[in-house]
Amino acid sequence: MTTPLQVTARLREPVTADDHVRGPSNAPVTIIEYGDFQCRFCGAAYPNLHELLRQRADTVRLVYRYFPIANVHPYAERAAETAEAAGARGKFWEMHDWLYEHQDQLDPVHLSLGVEQLGLPPDELNGEVERREFADRVRRDFVGGIRSGVNGTPTLFVNDVRHDGGYDLPDLLAAVDAAANA
Amino acid sequence: MSDPNGLIQPGRPAPGFTLPSTPDGRQTGPEQFRGRPVVLAFYPADWSPVCGDQMSLYQAAGPVFDQYQAMVLGISVDSVWSHRAFAESQGITFPLLSDFEPKGEVARRYGAYLPQGEAARALVVLDQAGTVAWSYLSAPDVNPGADGIFDALDNLARDRKVMAG
Repeated sequence: MTTPLQVTARLREPVTADDHVRGPSNAPVTIIEYGDFQCRFCGAAYPNLHELLRQRADTVRLVYRYFPIANVHPYAERAAETAEAAGARGKFWEMHDWLYEHQDQLDPVHLSLGVEQLGLPPDELNGEVERREFADRVRRDFVGGIRSGVNGTPTLFVNDVRHDGGYDLPDLLAAVDAAANA
Repeated sequence: MSDPNGLIQPGRPAPGFTLPSTPDGRQTGPEQFRGRPVVLAFYPADWSPVCGDQMSLYQAAGPVFDQYQAMVLGISVDSVWSHRAFAESQGITFPLLSDFEPKGEVARRYGAYLPQGEAARALVVLDQAGTVAWSYLSAPDVNPGADGIFDALDNLARDRKVMAG
């Protein structure tokens, strides 16, 4: 056997004005998360990323991109498109947080209640999602991710290099601190 | 026998074969898809316990493979019954081939068989004529993703354009 080649995947889609960004725009470290709202590993990483942003508030910003694996997560695409519809109304991160805090309530009925809780018009959002108005945007994130070496969810890129370590807070802090001091 | 030179390399003709496949139960092999690029994805075993499962990822990436008219074939030493249950649980609709009897014979011919009795995690892209265009051996526990495959498919499309021009 030849020795396995270890090629570290690198981000190919730079951050643009269309991206959803949380944290200071001039942060020295950018984490890009490719996530699936129905993926329990993404759900497990969510509070850690939250705490990471709190503890490294001046150092790191988080960019979220959609990577729904629809064949195993039947609600993931709809959740992503709903987040994008909320984003069109300036409430992407509120919707993102609600989705990760209610991963057992992503069916259409409960999702509508969540939309309403955030003060958004559920019927209007439902209509847009039914017409797949945000499907292209979600797909663009997915395709960019797969071309960049996203191999499952969550996949994080820390300053454009795929993070192959864990998603516990100490792992994330170490990755961010290493990138900040690089 | 295992190929002493390791994983099959670009430029070599792809060894022909057919194997039983699921979900459709037929004999399936790369020659049936001549004229299209074929991606052979050898993997150790069904039932990897994470969301980051490689075959599941390739199913999700199906529309991108379609843009290249590429056919993806997953291959492991699992039986058709294991493949069938695995495909159902992951919503996989592309063929999973069963390299079950004689065990691992096809994986060996591609230099993608491990001593512990499983296929290696290896990717082989065949061009439209059945010649190996690209191959990649990953560590068994590392999902290689699909970026290398799509780069290889881009190169194939570019080469064809040059030849046509």
